[in-house]
Amino acid sequence: MTKQIAIDARNVGKIYGVGVHAVTALGDVSIAIEQGEFFTLLGPSGCGKTTLLRCIAGFETPTSGSIHLSGRDITYTPPNERPVNTVFQSYALFPHLSVADNIGFGLKMQGKPAKEVKAAVERVLALVKLEDFAKRLPQQLSGGQQQRVALARALAPQPEVLLLDEPLSALDLKLRKEMQSELKRLQTETGITFIFVTHDQEEALTMSDRIAVMSAGELLQVGTPHDIYDRPVNRFVADFIGETNFVEGTVEGSAVRIGTGDLLDVTLDGHSGGVTLAVRPEQVSLRADGSGIAAQIVAATYLGTDTHYTLELGDKSLLVARIQSNSAGGMRVGDAVGLHIDAGAVQVLSA
Amino acid sequence: MADKKRAFDVTTLPGFTAIAITAFVLLYAPIITLVFYSFNGGNSVNQWGGFSLQWYVVAWNNEAVQDATARSLIIAVWAAVISTALATMAALGTTRRGKFKGQTVIYIIINQPLMVPEIVTAVALLIFFSSVKIATGYSGLGYLILAHSAFCIPFAYLPIKARLEGMDTAMETAAADLYATPWQTFRYVTLPLLLPGVIAGAMLAFIISLDNVIITEFVKSAGQDTLPTYMLGQLRRALTPEVNAISTALLALTVLILTVFFIVTKKRD
Repeated sequence: MTKQIAIDARNVGKIYGVGVHAVTALGDVSIAIEQGEFFTLLGPSGCGKTTLLRCIAGFETPTSGSIHLSGRDITYTPPNERPVNTVFQSYALFPHLSVADNIGFGLKMQGKPAKEVKAAVERVLALVKLEDFAKRLPQQLSGGQQQRVALARALAPQPEVLLLDEPLSALDLKLRKEMQSELKRLQTETGITFIFVTHDQEEALTMSDRIAVMSAGELLQVGTPHDIYDRPVNRFVADFIGETNFVEGTVEGSAVRIGTGDLLDVTLDGHSGGVTLAVRPEQVSLRADGSGIAAQIVAATYLGTDTHYTLELGDKSLLVARIQSNSAGGMRVGDAVGLHIDAGAVQVLSA
Repeated sequence: MADKKRAFDVTTLPGFTAIAITAFVLLYAPIITLVFYSFNGGNSVNQWGGFSLQWYVVAWNNEAVQDATARSLIIAVWAAVISTALATMAALGTTRRGKFKGQTVIYIIINQPLMVPEIVTAVALLIFFSSVKIATGYSGLGYLILAHSAFCIPFAYLPIKARLEGMDTAMETAAADLYATPWQTFRYVTLPLLLPGVIAGAMLAFIISLDNVIITEFVKSAGQDTLPTYMLGQLRRALTPEVNAISTALLALTVLILTVFFIVTKKRD
């Protein structure tokens, strides 16, 4: 069964300004987001993810390309005529309206009868567990509660697509974790397509069905969290998602010879000449008996469950290994150790 | 030495206190005296004849004062309403569409009445309106209302513009996102949030109109005295504490409105 496409962006470009002052916010982005999907646009600030979101919401008009919602061209449709709602980074709650009136705003503007609005507000308030706060003003709520109101307000009109613009960035860590699972629950319960914008790769990995990694206005890779983490297409993605060691080497037959002279039996896919290996810290293991690649521990950072060891190899290059603290038994800074790389899991990138 | 590093402080200059006191005395002593003699039992504005409210009664029962007061209030209310409506549109136009060419020129044009000497505006209006009067034959209060509306615009404009500039445009974006048409966005989001600025602007315009003399004096037709021009006329005759009583009442009204103005503008967000 093929999935329905909710948002289809075709060759979307956005350029601000003209002539020498022109700034390209979006290069040429094509993306198809399926109905009912939790889709994340991930990238560093200035990568164009928010611009793309604002184009989908209708706050910006693309300079080129088109955007389709369930097959309908909405490129030039004003925001108030799109069945798309946004949760803003600043929440943008109306300070002069009560929580209930904030949540009912969208339905009221659509001209829904008061009874229907009231019922919807109650339903959504229950969904975000804020039943007791209906009469309060936004400024009488905590940051986390305001966040829920913003979410409820955007969900109340039952949009086809919900856009979330870094909605969790203003919350503290604990609250953020709570809201992450809360968002996931709401998405499953409502079945609405969520498009989530974030620069936090961990957030993206834990919540998303699929992730689009963006940089400098371009789409680098689209895939499931597993795809993106295990099989990054290039150095930028590998570096941005999780921690990665980059090891330079040269293809020799079916293996890669790295700077220390050691041969690594990695999976090659038509690569030749110089390549870069992306080695995740958890793919490195250490042996106290010194077997494998010779290395010396130059620094150790204790992180609770895990310990990060910085290792210096024979060619003076550095490598980070993440070892479970309880299995690291007695390895100290200065110790000479043997290093093993789980070569099967290593990703080979064109140098 | 730590003391030398301290910022320049005018209050330590010799004679600062004496000058300050003199300034305040010059500012407020005449007003206090005026208020004091409004309660005079005698006929003089500078010889005390015992406490009495008689001059308030006299003023209250004076038909000319009643007419002038009514005229002043009618003009001030209309001027406040018209100038505030125009100022609100001007403020929206100058703050809600980003930077544009000629913005500074627009600011100067809007605030022109603050900079052009009032007497010049007065003479200009006199000449202009007299030709209009001949052409149309109309000689009612409309001229005064229009003239007052015009010079009240910048006073109404400034607090409204300040309020708009302090307002997060994300609110309007959010309203549009939630299916509000541009008009609904204005009606249900922008205007309610702007209201304190609008009220403040209207009050300021009302006060400015209420005590205007120069332009009123030039523009008014015969028998169109406002309270201030009536008082000016009285000064040319025998001075009685009736003027003091009217002035005190005007002062009380102004202070009351300005107090509300400050409360409204202070209570932000």
